[in-house]
Amino acid sequence: MAVPTKPATSPRSAKLDVAGALKDAGLTAFVAFGLFSLMLGLRTETGSTGRLEIFPRPGLLATAVAAVFAGRLMIALIARSRVAADIGRSLQAMTPEFKKLDRFATPVLLSLVLLTPVLLYSEHYLLAGILVLAYILFRWGLAPALLALALLLPILFYSNRYLLDLGILVLTYIMLGWGLNIVVGLAGLLDLGYVAFYAVGAYAYALLAQNFGLSFWICLPLAGILAAFWGVMLGFPVLRLRGDYLAIVTLAFGEIIRIVIVNWQSLTNGPNGISGIPRPSFFGLPFNDSEEGFAAHFGLEFNPVHRIIFLFYLILALALLTNFVTLRLRRLPIGRAWEALREDEIACRSLGINTTNTKLTAFAMGAMFGGFAGSFFATRQGFISPESFVFMESALVLAIVVLGGMGSQLGVAIAAVVMIGGFEFFRQFEQFRMLVFGIAMVSIMVWRPRGLIATRMPSVFLQEKKIIPADIIDEARQ
Amino acid sequence: MNAPIGEIILDAQHLSMRFGGLVAVDDLSFAAKRGKITAIIGPNGAGKTTVFNCITGFYQPSEGLIRIVHMDGKEFLLERLPDFRIAARARVARTFQNIRLFAGMTALENLLVAQHNRLMVASGFTLLGIFGWPGYLRAQRAAIEKARFWLDRVGLSNRADDLAGALPYGAQRRLEIARAMCSDPVLLCLDEPAAGLNPREASELNKLLDAIRAESEASILLIEHHMGVVMEISDHVVVLDYGRKIAEGPPAQIRDDAKVIAAYLGVEEEEVAR
Repeated sequence: MAVPTKPATSPRSAKLDVAGALKDAGLTAFVAFGLFSLMLGLRTETGSTGRLEIFPRPGLLATAVAAVFAGRLMIALIARSRVAADIGRSLQAMTPEFKKLDRFATPVLLSLVLLTPVLLYSEHYLLAGILVLAYILFRWGLAPALLALALLLPILFYSNRYLLDLGILVLTYIMLGWGLNIVVGLAGLLDLGYVAFYAVGAYAYALLAQNFGLSFWICLPLAGILAAFWGVMLGFPVLRLRGDYLAIVTLAFGEIIRIVIVNWQSLTNGPNGISGIPRPSFFGLPFNDSEEGFAAHFGLEFNPVHRIIFLFYLILALALLTNFVTLRLRRLPIGRAWEALREDEIACRSLGINTTNTKLTAFAMGAMFGGFAGSFFATRQGFISPESFVFMESALVLAIVVLGGMGSQLGVAIAAVVMIGGFEFFRQFEQFRMLVFGIAMVSIMVWRPRGLIATRMPSVFLQEKKIIPADIIDEARQ
Repeated sequence: MNAPIGEIILDAQHLSMRFGGLVAVDDLSFAAKRGKITAIIGPNGAGKTTVFNCITGFYQPSEGLIRIVHMDGKEFLLERLPDFRIAARARVARTFQNIRLFAGMTALENLLVAQHNRLMVASGFTLLGIFGWPGYLRAQRAAIEKARFWLDRVGLSNRADDLAGALPYGAQRRLEIARAMCSDPVLLCLDEPAAGLNPREASELNKLLDAIRAESEASILLIEHHMGVVMEISDHVVVLDYGRKIAEGPPAQIRDDAKVIAAYLGVEEEEVAR
């Protein structure tokens, strides 16, 4: 029953035609040189003798031609790699292409790396960091570069507290996005009330730490367990629901948790919130300028930024834990069962999969990571109130997951950086911020309806490891 | 019910299924024998798929009992089990009339999902598997080997890493059978496996079903419209019309049964005494 097959790789896979793009850019630069050589390259001025004199301006001319060359090269590369049609695919296509480029680029990149110590020595830390990141980006691709950026950020911007705070915020949303991705992206259960678990985690930490004096590291797993418990509580009544109906019930659940927090004055202090939540300590060393403090213990000068950096690495570690666990789970039977559940619930049951347990574990896992993020939020802020856990937060996290591409870890990370970073970037255009944000979302949905990265890496292979492009998945699902 | 009890694998007695006032299956009794292919045929709307849904637990029958007997003598009353337990414990696997593969997953992944319960135990219900427990990795390798075996059997080993939904129609049908077989069934229920297949594919299907009957411990229960398939491979045929059994017997006998011909073709009323 052998079936003749054509090669399974997509015929439309993007190949980056670097040589063609270079030729194109060179031609454009030549034309630009012809045009600019008279307009920019020569300047007439009244000379010392009163006559008009010609002053050549080679620097300006070179800059203009270089700008045209670079711009055209970028456009040509984009056009040739169909980035406009598929940015995710081209990002993946670029990496091997740059590897091929490596034959002669390796010496260049290597010298850049060798240059790094020189730059470090001359205290050009930022430039050195950028060089390292660029090398990682071209050598290994986007995901390692993002990870390296996250690891290097506190070192490169040691004194920039605003950027560190923004980094912590972005990482919190990346973690929330990855947590929700388990429920929405893998198990296909649309959850509009994810912020409820964030709230449970935050209040669990705040109340446990304040009332029982438990440390952050003890409260963190407890908060996760409590959030997972509430995930299961939400899961039970919605087992039979799918799609729109599920979304409505989870939306209501998120509001119920918030309203309970507002009204349960005796426990949660209601709308006034809980203040004075203990700050995290570095394994018992508090971040203050006392004798027992972190700075004194390590013989450093006290600086409040130490705590910020610690928080940054803490949320980075938590987010990476979420990512690691999700990637592992995808290759385990439970992860495959989640994805199968998303594809066809009836077929799952016909194969003996207990769909009830499978759904509940998805809710519980997603909720647990939401709870972790919530505890982190509480310890970072030192103050929590129900205002932090409104529906808008759920919508934002869901938007990150959907825009990033459901099920794609890298896509979610990019979407969180773009959306939360974008929020901050447009803060100066206060009135138009939401407008720009809305336009960006609509255009992404028009341009890439399945999210930024809609490709899928199968969890297991028989012959060869290959990423399945978004358009093939779309066709298969029809 | 004249077969010796030891040989019976599936025994349905006085099975009725009513949806409100509509009687889809009416007091149906039949048995399927171990190691044989039993076909259920009948005109459209005769209640064949409803019988399947009762057997596999997707419907709770209004009346009657369905008993399945394993080789080791264990018995299960299917009407009392939820659907996923029927598949997991009573080991009844099924395919669907409109193919229900996990379209966005690869063929290989489809076959691994079918081995979920065994892999789940091997992974210590995820707790051990997440740390790369060697026992789990062994179990997964064994599961992949089993998937490879069935992919070979249905002629899809070169498409193992392609999405199930991207396969041609006939290949999807075969993959669904392979997926059902990966769950180690004692009874394989096939709902119109030859629907939409061309004659060559239908004869290949016959060979596949013959091989399954001969080599595995699975007995086959089959709904089919394609008479070529039914008459060629089935050992026993049950004919339904309007939810009732109108005839039962070996294919040769069914072929000449006046009631069956009447149900399919329609005849003058006085010709057939009902």
